Amino acid sequence: MILWKIIFKNAFRHKLRTALTVLAVAVAILAFGLLRTVISTWYASVETSSATRLITRNAVSITFPLPLSYYSKIRQVDHVEMVSYGNWFGGIYITEENFFANFAVEPETYLELYPEYLIDEDQRSSFLRDRRGFIAGRQLVERFGWEVGDIVTLEGTIYPGNWEFQLQAVYRGRDENVDESQFFFHWEYLNETLEETDPAMADQVGYYLVGITDPDMAAQVAGEIDALFANSPAETITETEESFVLGFISMTETIIEVIRIVSLVVIVIILAVVANTMAMTTRERTGEYAVLKTLGYSGGQITFLIMGEALIISLCGALLGILLTYPAAQGFRQALRAFFPTFNVQPDTILIDLGIAVIVGIAASLIPSRQAVRIRIAEGLRRIG
Amino acid sequence: MESASNIVEIRNICKSYRRGEHTIAVLNDISFDIARGEFLAIMGPSGSGKSTLLNLIAGIDRADSGSIVVNDEDITALSESELAGWRADNVGFIFQFYNLIPVLTAAENIDLPLHLTGLTRAQRREHVEAALEMVNLTARSEHYPSQLSGGEQQRVAIARAIVIDPVILVADEPTGDLDRASAEDILGLMERMNRELNKTIVMVTHDPHAARSAHLVRHLEKGEFSP
Ligand SMILES: Nc1ncnc2c1ncn2[C@@H]1O[C@H](COP(=O)(O)OP(=O)(O)OP(=O)(O)O)[C@@H](O)[C@H]1O
Ligand SMILES: [Mg+2]
Repeated sequence: MILWKIIFKNAFRHKLRTALTVLAVAVAILAFGLLRTVISTWYASVETSSATRLITRNAVSITFPLPLSYYSKIRQVDHVEMVSYGNWFGGIYITEENFFANFAVEPETYLELYPEYLIDEDQRSSFLRDRRGFIAGRQLVERFGWEVGDIVTLEGTIYPGNWEFQLQAVYRGRDENVDESQFFFHWEYLNETLEETDPAMADQVGYYLVGITDPDMAAQVAGEIDALFANSPAETITETEESFVLGFISMTETIIEVIRIVSLVVIVIILAVVANTMAMTTRERTGEYAVLKTLGYSGGQITFLIMGEALIISLCGALLGILLTYPAAQGFRQALRAFFPTFNVQPDTILIDLGIAVIVGIAASLIPSRQAVRIRIAEGLRRIG
Repeated sequence: MESASNIVEIRNICKSYRRGEHTIAVLNDISFDIARGEFLAIMGPSGSGKSTLLNLIAGIDRADSGSIVVNDEDITALSESELAGWRADNVGFIFQFYNLIPVLTAAENIDLPLHLTGLTRAQRREHVEAALEMVNLTARSEHYPSQLSGGEQQRVAIARAIVIDPVILVADEPTGDLDRASAEDILGLMERMNRELNKTIVMVTHDPHAARSAHLVRHLEKGEFSP
């Protein structure tokens, strides 16, 4: 159809103007895609958390410990299958910029409660055998170029001193949302040392991780555990890992809200840019549209020309933006791996990008095409010369 | 089917424009006929309403009152979209500034009105080639308007006007933007269309020389024909 040829030729008639518009749309789509990825990364951590894992912590705050003696009591609660525990260690590797999460955990039960960590069998058993061994996620290992057998020293912040560990195992995530940037070592190693250096800190647990048989029993089990320690010096709060993580996230809820609003603003900007370009081009082509109408072309066909041109421009911009989103996300992940252990562009983000481009293309051409259709032919023809 | 010998019958046409508070009467109760096969030139001073009248005959503008019958069809009774269809079938347009679509080649510009007909691709190509030959531009068919001289562009425009085999050809100052030689060329072509294809032509012009090509010259002055 000859109209298609006109659309394509028109879209690239003013090369500089079209290039700038496409670029503006691309940058905006890129920004939108990254912002959305930040949000979905945030929530991905919730989606991966399991409904069959409960976390028991001190009722006052996560920073207050619980006695190790709770372990056997929690084990005896109905529907509890397995109990593990750990402490946030908070060690620093060389400098603070190298931040990553590191925990002292009861290794055997912990790894069993996290089947999403995939570990080579030999490595698993050598990690479990070596009291000074540690296991780390694949991304963390790659980040620092560690190899199995390497000695890694962390400087304690909560627990002073230099702590030496040997890398015995590397875990991979079962899917891309699993955090592969964590560091776990034997709780016993921490506790033995504390018994000598600071006995008051020994036999204390930061949190218990409770595996239950049936997710439907979560509320009941949590209630029973907390009832066990009610009115004791260290009361507990037990919740599912999901709500635990969500509670964590809700602190940043306002930030997410701000990001959402910024995303909307970005869309409005794209619309303004494309609408401005379309207003300029259709104004210049008033005479040409009048000629087409003179020849018998309908208002619908004129609208098709203008809308098609707007769609080509907005879709070119969106495609360029999408192409840029992947390397940009990669760069983001490199730069901010401490905060975003996973940073993957979701397919639905790409679909939304394309949806925005289509809506913007249509919306940006509504007013110009309405004007081009409405203007009387004799009037339009007078604008030539 | 051959009907009355008049191809255009204009009765009591009035047309005025409103400019703010004022109403400017451009055409005052004009009535006249155009015979089939006529080559009519309309002359008159600037602002006398020549273009306005031509636009009414061609169905791209509407009169305030009166009727215009072209080829036995009262076009003042047609709706906007009916009128568009009627133009596509019946009227060939030639403008002062050629008004070709710059992003299309000469051949594509000529092809443009044919897309609104039911012709097949092959039929359209045949028509386009015939029209190009008639205006002697076969060699330039793949050239874009910007690669053609003014006279050549106007020849393409004539080919585009004639390609649908219209009932009537309207031309608004077709030589107004051309040098003498090109103007002669264009007028010669129009005479040929009139003589060989028996096309009725209504041409608005300032140029007495151009008007000499026509059979009949009417003078419009202040919205009325002077005798
Ligand atoms: N859309 C409009 N709004 C207001 N006035 C108009 C409009 N179109 C034409 N006119 C006025 O109507 C009158 C006749 O215009 P028209 O274009 O028909 O003149 P013309 O005889 O073709 O003149 P020219 O030889 O300069 O082309 C002029 O006074 C013009 O200013
Ligand atoms: Mg005029």
